[in-house]
Amino acid sequence: MTEQNIRVLIAKPGLDGHDRGAKVIARALRDAGMEVIYTGLRQTPEMIAEAALQEDVDAVGLSILSGAHMSLVPRVMELLRAQGQEDVCVFVGGIIPERDIPALKELGVRAVYGPGTSTAQVVEDLKQAVFCPPAA
Amino acid sequence: MGLVEQVLAGDRLALARLLTQIENDTPEGREALDRLFAFTGRAHLVGVTGSPGTGKSSLVNQLARAFRQPEDGSDPVRVAILAVDPSSPFSGGALLGDRVRMRDLSGDPDVFIRSMASRGALGGLARATAALSQALDAAGYPLILIETVGAGQSEVDIARLAHTTIVVESPGMGDDIQAIKAGILEIADILVVNKADRPGVENTERALRAMLDLGHPAAHKHGPSLGAGEAEPAAEQGWVPPVLRAVSTRGEGVAEIAAAIRRHGEYLRSSGLWQQREKLRLESELDALLRDLLARRWRAGLDEDLYRQTFDGLLQRQISPLQAAETLLRQAESETSNPTRAS
Repeated sequence: MTEQNIRVLIAKPGLDGHDRGAKVIARALRDAGMEVIYTGLRQTPEMIAEAALQEDVDAVGLSILSGAHMSLVPRVMELLRAQGQEDVCVFVGGIIPERDIPALKELGVRAVYGPGTSTAQVVEDLKQAVFCPPAA
Repeated sequence: MGLVEQVLAGDRLALARLLTQIENDTPEGREALDRLFAFTGRAHLVGVTGSPGTGKSSLVNQLARAFRQPEDGSDPVRVAILAVDPSSPFSGGALLGDRVRMRDLSGDPDVFIRSMASRGALGGLARATAALSQALDAAGYPLILIETVGAGQSEVDIARLAHTTIVVESPGMGDDIQAIKAGILEIADILVVNKADRPGVENTERALRAMLDLGHPAAHKHGPSLGAGEAEPAAEQGWVPPVLRAVSTRGEGVAEIAAAIRRHGEYLRSSGLWQQREKLRLESELDALLRDLLARRWRAGLDEDLYRQTFDGLLQRQISPLQAAETLLRQAESETSNPTRAS
């Protein structure tokens, strides 16, 4: 697999309309040579899981600024697992309080990015995660 | 159970994974295609092309809905969508955003949407689009909508792949000279003037109709003793592309486009053109494959030193590109005719 073939879904679940962060990340991943499927605002977990399946992505990035991450993320993880995509690398960005990060990681989220994260770091982490998946 | 069997049994994750294998041209993907080919040839491939921003994705979204919930009481059809967006010429990456306009379709298990990056191909499709459409065909989608890269004037590969090609225009995109230029408008089986709620729609429509009149003078609506109406061209005069208005964000005019797609499918089948197009398509696919395989095989057997030497000559402008190609070809030919000489 080369970088060209990494496919990433960038999705914004929930009801907040702030998609700047999602777009910045989508653009950075594109510039790093990845194929980014961008689905736009106000996606339900079901829509995200369905897109992840049809597009056979290696990774899913969820951007959440509404504070609803503790209900949206578990649902996405559950749906991905139910459809046989537990190997997909899920990362979360947005406004996520420090105290929630361990619980998200417990669910299988590979990384959580807050404001000020450099896009280069996201790109590096993602390449690492896709090329070296965790032992099942 | 292998991937192919799972796909034939209707497993959507297996289908998605197989599409990836085919797109990446892996040995598994190639083998699966070989086995699936016997199950292809059933789907109606409909291409949707046009300039960037004319509303192709929104139209595809609405068309898929129209075929899933037909207003005329016909049976709903399973729909697959292949949406191609350009790859960056610099990074090779891509931002595939066609799904943004297709959110209405989510939750319907009988719609399968797949985004594709063009990966450097220039004709408006990706190199693997034909192969992916074959896999979707074998997976039992009788209607496959293929949305091209936003196309300008000469990205016409879609006409070779699709049975029915829809060219989407919108008001304010140029005068009637644009409309009689060769290229994209020539390939249209159905012309759609989208965003028809915008000013200038009459001008666009008139330019397109005038262009059609130049090409199909017999179909002129004022002509005497035309047996059939404009919308139902008589078989002997061929198919005259209808010009249809739409406002795809609101779904207006979409039922008429869906009906035109059905009509065009029937026309192709009853006139024998379906088989003819199929034949041309497979022929050009075989030719392209032969060229590709021959070039690759020949290149693999070429003496690297000779290649570099010849290329240096070219770089220093001692020989022209054509001379360089001929030198290398000559060398390879003499080696194949005297295989013992090299040893």
